[in-house]
Amino acid sequence: MENPQLNQHGELRHLLSIEGLPAGIVRHILDTAESFVAVAEREVKKVPLLRGKAIFNLFFENSTRTRTTFEIAAKRLSADVVNLNIGASSQSKGETLLDTVDNLAAMQADMFIVRHGQSGASHLIARHVAPHIHVINAGDGRHAHPTQGLLDMFTIRRYKQDFTRLRVAIVGDVLHSRVARSEIHALNVLGVPEIRVIAPKTLLPAEVEQMGVHVYHDMIKGLKDVDAVIMLRLQNERMRGALLPSAHEYYKYYGFTKDKLAHAKPDAIVMHPGPMNRGIEIESGVADGGQSVILPQVTFGIAVRMAVMSILAGS
Amino acid sequence: MKIWIKNGRLIDPKNGIDAQLDVFIAAGKIVAVGPAPAGFQANRTLDASGLIVCPGLVDLSARLREPGFEHKATLESEMDAAVAGGVTSLVCPPDTDPPLDEPGLVEMLKHRAKSLNLARVYPLGALTQKLEGERLTEMAELQDAGCIAFSQADAPLVDTLALLRALQYAATFDFSVWLRPQDTFLAKDGVAHDGEVASRLGLPAIPVCAETIALAKIIDLARVAGAKVHLCRLSSRAGMLLVKQAKAEGLPLTCDVSAHHVHLSEMDIGYFDTNCHMVPPLRSQRDREALCEGLRDGTIDAICSDHAPVDDDAKIRPFGESEAGATGLELLLPLTLKWADRSGVPLVQALARITSCPAAVLGVDAGHLTPGQRADLCLFDPNRYWRVERDSLRSQGKNTPFLGLELAGKVRYTLVDGHVVYEG
Repeated sequence: MENPQLNQHGELRHLLSIEGLPAGIVRHILDTAESFVAVAEREVKKVPLLRGKAIFNLFFENSTRTRTTFEIAAKRLSADVVNLNIGASSQSKGETLLDTVDNLAAMQADMFIVRHGQSGASHLIARHVAPHIHVINAGDGRHAHPTQGLLDMFTIRRYKQDFTRLRVAIVGDVLHSRVARSEIHALNVLGVPEIRVIAPKTLLPAEVEQMGVHVYHDMIKGLKDVDAVIMLRLQNERMRGALLPSAHEYYKYYGFTKDKLAHAKPDAIVMHPGPMNRGIEIESGVADGGQSVILPQVTFGIAVRMAVMSILAGS
Repeated sequence: MKIWIKNGRLIDPKNGIDAQLDVFIAAGKIVAVGPAPAGFQANRTLDASGLIVCPGLVDLSARLREPGFEHKATLESEMDAAVAGGVTSLVCPPDTDPPLDEPGLVEMLKHRAKSLNLARVYPLGALTQKLEGERLTEMAELQDAGCIAFSQADAPLVDTLALLRALQYAATFDFSVWLRPQDTFLAKDGVAHDGEVASRLGLPAIPVCAETIALAKIIDLARVAGAKVHLCRLSSRAGMLLVKQAKAEGLPLTCDVSAHHVHLSEMDIGYFDTNCHMVPPLRSQRDREALCEGLRDGTIDAICSDHAPVDDDAKIRPFGESEAGATGLELLLPLTLKWADRSGVPLVQALARITSCPAAVLGVDAGHLTPGQRADLCLFDPNRYWRVERDSLRSQGKNTPFLGLELAGKVRYTLVDGHVVYEG
């Protein structure tokens, strides 16, 4: 099947999912991001790569952090950025997703950054737009959040260098997590030999092993000797609908505490895509502790998003 | 009008015929098969050289979208599609708007369909009022108005006691009840098979147990009520095995599968192809193979098109928000031929699944070419390939996963009551 993200020369045209991306492209994004980290440390944090380009942050679902980091990334590349929170306007008036997109495309958009509650929404938009418009998926339903996956890889590489010797654990609500899916694909593409997912059975999708992971229900066993731990956010609404009995019990068995962290390698890093629920999936002592790289993840997120935008604009 | 169909290969599954035989039609009926009756003077001769002559197809599920959904399709467009697909009898489910829960609506539909002089329409009456799953409809009156059986379509019937009562009431009059087995709670919000693909794409899923639990419930209640039940659209291997077991026990059960589920699996969803958003969901390759096996061994009685024309607007959406279903009337024959070809099933046996077997499910005298029978026939060229394209489909619905594909089997003539109603 044709990969809708690549153009006929095999270059990245849209970033919709990590799935199906060649390792070369993933590494190229990470390498490019390295150079943008340096930009952020300069006094003038701007480069003119995307000058004159119009980038639309098209958010059908609320988000502060992701939208802001995309906005900063675009501005550092000298693009013009327009933020739209569609959730509250057109869609509630009955306009279809593609009508909204057509209207914005008519305003000479060069790039859409899309967040939507439905899996596959970015694919739909990418198939629909004119050839010169690029689409970046900033999270679609439970499907993918590729820039988050990439920034997590960037973070791991910063601290651990060689992917091919690592053991990485992803802990929490994998079933509903687009972040987890993107991370699993990215870790596989980069050759991580052992990827573990740790969760109760109610929070794992069917046949998750097919994605190339080992399943653990016991967090202590799952954390044994891992090099990196990625915690997932647990939405409060999971307590309804018979997925979990209580936040209290979840925290006892799947909350990331210092005691549990002791089972990982002594130099293991702790990651979280945010926003965190302290006391529900992670203890403050771990989130703010010496092994936490949660804030650097946010910083690197800007560099990675700059890298993705500049590569797309150049294809 | 006297018609002589000559030089064709006649396949009449019910009578076990697959031979080079001519057919003679007079006054809307088949008068002879083989040699011409004495003194037969044809007004028209159809040269069927290279064609297969078979009974008109009987489709157990085709939505005509009237009343209520005329923006998706009209009776005219879909009845046209039916005869273009060789379908001469079709069953329409009650999920119209309003649903077919009142005799007046059924009479209107029958009357409108009849005035078009195309395929025969057999409406299914709603099993419960407004398909809400609570109060029974006036089944006996609906039957007088023309309903062939009663169904809940795809609407949930959550209350087990209401289901038992509905089966008992239907059994009182010897009506059959058509049910699509799906547990409402297990299927909640799901849009794809609970397996590898849905997990990867992050689509809310429907597990196989949603089908098997509903089947187990229906089978048990049918046994208690002594009701005749037709199970619509099996999708899984486990479901097929349950039906096999129940049939072995001697329960009066029949079942069907959609032509799409014979050929497609969850893998065909690819990158969120909404044309593969189906009800029930396309399941695993293993399930698909088991359904084919069930068709071959007779556990599954019939293949239906499960025709569901959907307007483009309802398909060009994110997968989970798109409307389920695919257009199918014009694909039923080629997809059945493809199944026969792929699994090495003789044509006479394959065509039975879309002619005599569904007619037996319905309990109507159709789907065979015995002299004296109403002359409903389909003449098709089994070797003629055609490309499925928007323009090649007469149905108003262009929504099919087979768009762009070449399929073998082109209908050349369709006859209803001895009249040529389609020539292609």
